[in-house]
Amino acid sequence: MRLVDDLLTSLKNFVSSVGALSIFFVRVLGQVPAALLKPRYVIAQIHNAGALSLVIIMTCGLFVGAVLGLQGYDLLQRFGSEDSLGTAAALGLIKELGPVITALLFAGRAGTALASEIGLMRATDQLSAMEMMAVDPIRRVVAPRFIGGVIAMPLLSAIFISIGIYGVHLVGVQQLGVDPGSFWSQMIASVETGDINEGILKSCVFGVACSLIAVHEGYTAQPTAEGVGRATTRTVVISAVLTLILDFMLTAVML
Amino acid sequence: MTAPFGGRGSPSDGTPVDNLVEISDVHYSVGGRSIFSGLDITIPRGRITAIMGPSGTGKTTLLRLMTGQIRPNRGHILVDGQDVSRLSTSELYRLRRRMGMLFQNGALLTDIDVFENVAFPLREHTRLPESIIRNIVLTKLQAVGLRGAWSLYPSELSGGMGRRVALARAMAMDPDLLIYDEPFAGLDPISLGVILRLVKQTNDALGLTSIVVSHDVDEIATIADISYILSAGKVVASGAPMALKDSNSELVRQFMNGLPDGPVAFHYPAPDYREQLLSGDD
Ligand SMILES: Nc1ncnc2c1ncn2[C@@H]1O[C@H](COP(=O)(O)OP(=O)(O)O)[C@@H](O)[C@H]1O
Ligand SMILES: [Mg+2]
Repeated sequence: MRLVDDLLTSLKNFVSSVGALSIFFVRVLGQVPAALLKPRYVIAQIHNAGALSLVIIMTCGLFVGAVLGLQGYDLLQRFGSEDSLGTAAALGLIKELGPVITALLFAGRAGTALASEIGLMRATDQLSAMEMMAVDPIRRVVAPRFIGGVIAMPLLSAIFISIGIYGVHLVGVQQLGVDPGSFWSQMIASVETGDINEGILKSCVFGVACSLIAVHEGYTAQPTAEGVGRATTRTVVISAVLTLILDFMLTAVML
Repeated sequence: MTAPFGGRGSPSDGTPVDNLVEISDVHYSVGGRSIFSGLDITIPRGRITAIMGPSGTGKTTLLRLMTGQIRPNRGHILVDGQDVSRLSTSELYRLRRRMGMLFQNGALLTDIDVFENVAFPLREHTRLPESIIRNIVLTKLQAVGLRGAWSLYPSELSGGMGRRVALARAMAMDPDLLIYDEPFAGLDPISLGVILRLVKQTNDALGLTSIVVSHDVDEIATIADISYILSAGKVVASGAPMALKDSNSELVRQFMNGLPDGPVAFHYPAPDYREQLLSGDD
């Protein structure tokens, strides 16, 4: 009986937090047009979210690509088809690894920064001060950061994928001797617009999810140092889990 | 610009005093703890009203109730005739454009400098040209003695300086109601004197209404027209500050004269001191 009660309580908590998040999402969306009217703040936030994650995205992209080159070569040469390395790696990066790993890195770098920044503004009464000046913090603080994250994510993902492919090329072609002609021509011949659209769609969805989680955790943080810390941790955990679940759902729908 | 809060009766012009804020029978509790139980306060228009009370009695909470940041569990809070707990967000925002509030810790926006902090409400709510915004901001900063600090960031200011910038920001829109939450805490005697006079001058020259929360009994007594002393969720005394000083109520005397012993317990409820020390556990 205890177990059933506990399960019911968790279920109730889960449903109510999903509800709260949805209401918050609608409120943010409602302020997006107004926030876009002041593009200065949005551009600053795209720059913020993008610049914060750029170095880590590029570094990780290179190494993920290099590993793909090694593993892909090892796998493909067993079938004597190492010429397909370009195609295999590009599809893996564009459809899966690019969007997913970018989202995870974004959550860890830009997401935590967003959550702690907004949480600190809450803890130091800055959000209340804005409300007292008749300025909606959702419009002035939350919406520009949300839009910034949503726009930055696909761009970061594209950078991750490009550098990843360079990493594959570095290992596969330059080290292991895959023929550069077939590497590129097979890739160009087999990667279709649909594959690229799938990658773009995924990274847009992850951009919305990860940015929303980050600004929501910050906005609803307990106004204490401990509360802000908890909000940043929750941002990473929830974003990562949500990204992987959404990835599965999107893949299942689109394949 | 928005219309001012109706006709203001100044203390000297003989018109009957009407009330800008009327709080009646307000009950409020948070986290299972009752903060107010049957609070009644009226804030007359055009005057300076002081709100005093031991820390933790709910003075900040009272200001948040008055400005509609939180809602009471019961009772009415009328500001200029409107029940703030029943207003929609946009109505509340319209009302707040005529209010300025100084937060207890300043609450300056940390990602912009002092100048931009004071300019913030002007940029959000007006379409004034840059040169006029510049003049207004510099005038307000001059009044609090920090014109030279315009390019500093909030993290580079001391607590007292931050509060003075916040005061300049609260005054930027020339509000009709100015609310100060402990404006004198952490100020040196010179700044305190200047700010005290500034509060008085702003109130009288611009004919606005001021609410000042303060512990500094002697300072606030020199400028306030009326004061309220809160304790244990209720108003325990009200009247002219000088009259309160001579009050024969033990509680009021304790507070006004800063005595540790009296009806207001200085200590948070606790088990017997001797017993706890001797018992060794906990
Ligand atoms: N959000 C909250 N949750 C729990 N307790 C609170 C909250 N806000 C205020 N309190 C409690 O209400 C009381 C009054 O707080 P406050 O209005 O800040 O006091 P004051 O400004 O008079 O020092 C305090 O004891 C504080 O602990
Ligand atoms: Mg307080």
